[in-house]
Amino acid sequence: MSSLARTDLMQAVNAGLRRVPPALVYIVGLGWAGWLFFLAATGGLGVEPVEALEHRYGELALQLIVLGLAVTPLRRYLGVNLMPLRRAIGVVAFFFVLAHVLVWAVLDVQTLPAVWADILERPYVTIGMAGFLLLLPLAMTSNDWSVRKLGGAMWRKLHRLVYPAAFLGALHFVWLAKGFQIEPLVYLSAILGLLALRLRRRAHGHAKRAG
Amino acid sequence: MAHRYTSDLTWADVTPKALYLNRRQIIAGGGALVAGGLAGGGLRAQQEALEPNTWEEITSYNNYYEFGTGKSDPADHAHRLTTQPWSIQIDGLVDNPGTYTLEDILSEVEIEERIYRLRCVEAWSMVVPWNGFELADLLNRVGVQDGARYVAFETVMRPEEMPGLSVPVLDWPYREGLRLDEAMHPLTIMATGIYGEPIPNQNGAPIRLVVPWKYGFKSIKSIVRITLTADQPYASWNASQPGEYGFYSNVNPNVDHPRWSQATERRVGGGLFARRIPTLMFNGYADEVASLYEGMDLAEYF
Repeated sequence: MSSLARTDLMQAVNAGLRRVPPALVYIVGLGWAGWLFFLAATGGLGVEPVEALEHRYGELALQLIVLGLAVTPLRRYLGVNLMPLRRAIGVVAFFFVLAHVLVWAVLDVQTLPAVWADILERPYVTIGMAGFLLLLPLAMTSNDWSVRKLGGAMWRKLHRLVYPAAFLGALHFVWLAKGFQIEPLVYLSAILGLLALRLRRRAHGHAKRAG
Repeated sequence: MAHRYTSDLTWADVTPKALYLNRRQIIAGGGALVAGGLAGGGLRAQQEALEPNTWEEITSYNNYYEFGTGKSDPADHAHRLTTQPWSIQIDGLVDNPGTYTLEDILSEVEIEERIYRLRCVEAWSMVVPWNGFELADLLNRVGVQDGARYVAFETVMRPEEMPGLSVPVLDWPYREGLRLDEAMHPLTIMATGIYGEPIPNQNGAPIRLVVPWKYGFKSIKSIVRITLTADQPYASWNASQPGEYGFYSNVNPNVDHPRWSQATERRVGGGLFARRIPTLMFNGYADEVASLYEGMDLAEYF
């Protein structure tokens, strides 16, 4: 593809993306979560719905976190502009993490002492919970008022917490899988790759300044 | 060990075939056919608490990593496995080593019904009405030699029929082992059926081991080789992660898996809002098997 044709394509893609209101991302995300819950309650997710629902919410959360981390590289390297939807993607990702945690605590583990024991004694739960806690301040400040209050620089700094949170989420998945399994490693690689692109960019920037 | 095991669950506890295919119809069909209606008192209460799982539950939620690591992968892919003809190589410290066809093995044994609890190491459980015969009958037939102390088992390995083998989840083929006294115990069976039907491929067709007081992964599926040995044999999960999966792997609510508690379990089929139930020592078979481990520290030999 010539660079001119590519530019045209990206302009068309971005024009289409501009027409997607963030509200649609919220509606589709929450609707999908509700639909999965309905399926689980009515036998649509198989004979063991708690595990199935827990895993589906967790996987969707990871997928959305990967998409959220890809927004900047997509714009920088491919010219695809998902920026107007980034906040919605992030908030919906957090919502799926929250749903995953709630299904785990309420429907799976069921008692508070057992939840505590799991968090304290089992490293893959501990790091999963740590990832969840890191996302809390991000979810709470994902509104215009918080951005104004914190100031853009501070807000951006705070939201870099998504980097360790994403890494912990992927590690949580790798750790809980029995034996050597491909899928969790795919998520871990994707997240590490997306984080590496940022490091490379920074190293580049520093080198230029130094030169 | 002279006695043969008699289950406290009977065929009266098994949902009639016309109904187990779709348990929802039982609810619609009224109480007249509900299983266990003839039993009385406390036994009845116990039996009702142990209603066997439906055919759908038993055959759609499986671990059989040779067909994939997802719970529905075995049901989706196991139909590719050819189970006829089938034979088992029996070797090692036996008087009559050789390759025995399945027909030959089955011609010398009596198939019984055994309704057993199945407890997975992942903390879910089922109750399965198996059809099978005591492993001891087969071992006695081939003649166990004096030096033998363990029995090793091997699952079939056919990459062209088993897509999961392309992923090195474990060091294939899947292998498991028992101590000889465990293998000879009357609770230990070789299963060839479920609910009176031939065992489906995803459940380990055409012949598998069932050791009901141990975590499910000890009950190796689709067996092609049995070897009597003097030394403790290779066991796949034990070899892959010895800190998480012991050689014995007796169901024990007091010894947690490092990554989750084993104190409770989730009965498959309970739905989204079912309460967890307490796990029983030796999966409820302590009266029968606890003596096998007298004097052993079960936290060390987990």
